[in-house]
Amino acid sequence: MGIRGEAGTRGSTVRSDCWVAVDIRDHGELEICLSSKVEGMYGARIRSRLLEGCQVLGVDHGRVEVEDMGALEWVLDARLECAVRRARPDTPAEFLPPGSGLAHAATPRDRLRRSRLYLPGNQPKLMLNAGLHGPDGVILDLEDAVAPAEKDSARVLVRNALRRVDFHGAERMVRINQGPRGLEDLPWIIPHHVHVVLVPKVENPAQVIAVAEGIAEIDHLHDVWIMPIIESALGAWKAYEIATAHPSVVALAVGLEDYTADIGVPRTLEGRESFWARSQIVNAAIAAGVQPIDTVFSDVADEAGLRSSVAEAKALGFVGKGCIHPRQIGPVHEAFAPGVAEISRARDIVLAFEDAEKRGLGVVALGSKMIDAPVVKRALTTIRTAIGVGLLADDWRDTHQEIPE
Amino acid sequence: MTKLVTNAAGREVPAEINGVEAVPFLGVGAHRPTGRKAAPPISVCQDFPYDGDKTVQDLKTALVNAGLKDGMTISSHHHLRDGDMVANQVFAAAAELGIKDLRWFPSAAFPCHAPLIDLMEQGVIHHIEGSMNGPLGAYCSEGRMRGMGVLRSHGGRWQAIQDGEVHIDIAVIAAPTADPFGNATGDRGPTACGLLGFALADSQYADHVIVVTDNLVEFPCIPWQIQGNNVDQVVVLDQIGDAGRIVSGTTQITRSPDRLLIAELTARFCDEAGIVRDGFSFQAGAGGTALSFALFLRDIMRERRIKARFVRGGSTQYLVDMLEEGLTDFILDGQTFDLEGVRSMRENPGHVNTSPFTSYNWHGKGNFASMLDAVVLGATEVDVNFNANVVTHSDGRLLHGIGGWQNCLFSKCTILPVPSFRDRIPVIVDRVTTLTGPGELIDVIVTERGICINPLRCDLIDAVRGSSLPLRDIHELKSEIEDIVGGPPDKPVLGDKITAAIKWVDGTIIDCVRQVRA
Repeated sequence: MGIRGEAGTRGSTVRSDCWVAVDIRDHGELEICLSSKVEGMYGARIRSRLLEGCQVLGVDHGRVEVEDMGALEWVLDARLECAVRRARPDTPAEFLPPGSGLAHAATPRDRLRRSRLYLPGNQPKLMLNAGLHGPDGVILDLEDAVAPAEKDSARVLVRNALRRVDFHGAERMVRINQGPRGLEDLPWIIPHHVHVVLVPKVENPAQVIAVAEGIAEIDHLHDVWIMPIIESALGAWKAYEIATAHPSVVALAVGLEDYTADIGVPRTLEGRESFWARSQIVNAAIAAGVQPIDTVFSDVADEAGLRSSVAEAKALGFVGKGCIHPRQIGPVHEAFAPGVAEISRARDIVLAFEDAEKRGLGVVALGSKMIDAPVVKRALTTIRTAIGVGLLADDWRDTHQEIPE
Repeated sequence: MTKLVTNAAGREVPAEINGVEAVPFLGVGAHRPTGRKAAPPISVCQDFPYDGDKTVQDLKTALVNAGLKDGMTISSHHHLRDGDMVANQVFAAAAELGIKDLRWFPSAAFPCHAPLIDLMEQGVIHHIEGSMNGPLGAYCSEGRMRGMGVLRSHGGRWQAIQDGEVHIDIAVIAAPTADPFGNATGDRGPTACGLLGFALADSQYADHVIVVTDNLVEFPCIPWQIQGNNVDQVVVLDQIGDAGRIVSGTTQITRSPDRLLIAELTARFCDEAGIVRDGFSFQAGAGGTALSFALFLRDIMRERRIKARFVRGGSTQYLVDMLEEGLTDFILDGQTFDLEGVRSMRENPGHVNTSPFTSYNWHGKGNFASMLDAVVLGATEVDVNFNANVVTHSDGRLLHGIGGWQNCLFSKCTILPVPSFRDRIPVIVDRVTTLTGPGELIDVIVTERGICINPLRCDLIDAVRGSSLPLRDIHELKSEIEDIVGGPPDKPVLGDKITAAIKWVDGTIIDCVRQVRA
């Protein structure tokens, strides 16, 4: 009798995934038993990859059974590795897919973070083309979107996705689990080109520091930013301390499902119950010099509701919103984009400011009005955002560009 | 062994089909037939009841009256789609009469026709000439059918009948409403399906025509889509179809984010290329991506206050909404996919029923398909030369029929919105498994990873130059996909036996399908 481990998903409705069962024995043959939807096209390659994986993971004898519904190789690799680990938890080696060859670099602290698309950490199909929908960030989620029994499986899959999937310029984020399990997630993801780690249910600065120290202990190629998520009354109360807990914090996000549960009220569309918390988080974030990021809008079918929710978030001072479906990305970006009048006025203000500077004047005037320094600062932010989203050209000073409606 | 010849597309095809010599594909527009069209025998009124009542008691009697014999060709039609109850009963009656070796010539076969596999095993049916999917597709693909299957487009089926390439001995036309004289319509009755255009050629060219209905009305049946003067006999059954499987209550747009992205890009392409303008026309099918395309296009039309002259269906509630909103003057409908489409056809004079003759027939004096400004079609594979496959999976197994697909390639702009890969199966390949449409007629491929324009269409390339559309070179796209799926796929290992021939719109053989392993 050998030891057995299973991983993945099976059944006729499964797509782009597979199911692997491994029986590890201490003698005899190593038998590969494959049934694949793509047998004729990739059967030979799948078999040789499975053998390679067994060798790396130290499985020399036994039986590997695979039901493949068109899984890509990095998915197959992950399911095999997870099955082996379930059979033999002390397996030392990792079976890493080859790196994608994409350039590895940190993202700027103040990068645009208008939209971040949540991707369940154990569902490969949703990851493949996520970047094509143009989100500012993708979040490979190890926390709420993964069932407790699949946490181990999601770690391997997310690691392989980070190595293989091209997210087409989106910021690569991972939401880790809460507490010690979240710290255990770090070695699986940090070495594989993560830009931002999202830390859920943060209530005190120590949680952020623990994650930052956890990251520091692991080899990584570039700065990894942290985005704490505030999801409780205590977290909201301590928002400023959390935002300033560590220099790697770049943004502060709010999660309202848990927050409203914590204060014991239903979450409404209008959101009066969370007004204080959201305002508090905006204030704390700005005071700490990081970005305030709003929660998700959960009704995928209600595009008008999404637009007004983003407009409200923008009015409160948020600069980003969570997305649970790719179709939410467009409306979110549009709603966060500065309006034509806003850009036009900002342009006049910045030009007047630069002109005053050139002429050595201490006071900036536009027409008959005096312009205060904070107004100039806000105008500069608007111009930067407009350039970032392509509403204004880099050389806007030299051209009298029409601003698209 | 079947003798093979290499056709103008470089494909090895059989020199004959079921013992009859066939012309290999010679190139687009190269085959020019001569001679005259086929015609049915002359009939005389005195052989029919002067009171106009052509009803007979049952199908078996009708088949006996029609002179059914071994080896004959019986045709049927797919306007009742997967709800059809007539074809199975016709062949069951033929089996009871001890008839053998029939050729079944349906406009398409559906999974509901799986019981006919038994009749093929028993020798009642020799082979099928019509599109096959599901269980019949598997039966044919695995080489178990005695004769060679023949797949034709809707227009090609008309051409084959009209040119005398397929002689129909007995046409059986399922009619949701008919009168005793044989006038028939599909737009009303308990099994309403919209229109009966697929049966029109059969009613005009078959030796003998039987109308089968479950809703007999007093003469005259108005409107008549099938003219009673072409009909020999009328049979009344309790039920000709399962309404729930004929049309769907509602047609659904896709919810897949990737497909929505493809549909949106397709609509944007049409807009940027200048296709969307007052008086334009388009055709899009009833698949999820095509439906979503129509919705994105509708948004553009609304915003820019543009009205189409006509839209060609497969009609659905979405096209009906556009008609009723005044976004198009007409729907020229080829088949109706949902109840809203059927209602609209019955009530709205702007919702017009058409046939493969008006829309698709290549051996005619023009057709509607070539007048379309844009047509949006599916495909299972497209190669780097823009050739496309729509009939088989990448493993060579029959997947679905040609439908109007080949005929639509003659539109002014043929667009295939397809995912660049499905699961691990690449859609953009070196060489398609089964050639169904030549690349010279396929203009644009829209994938979630970008848009490839056929280099032959310099006008389209110029039209969208400078736009924000993600234009891609098809070779570059192919290598990107291969990088994702793990290299080019191995080619399927197929048997020598040719299980089906794929006809081009002019009746020549463009490719063939070989036996797959069970």
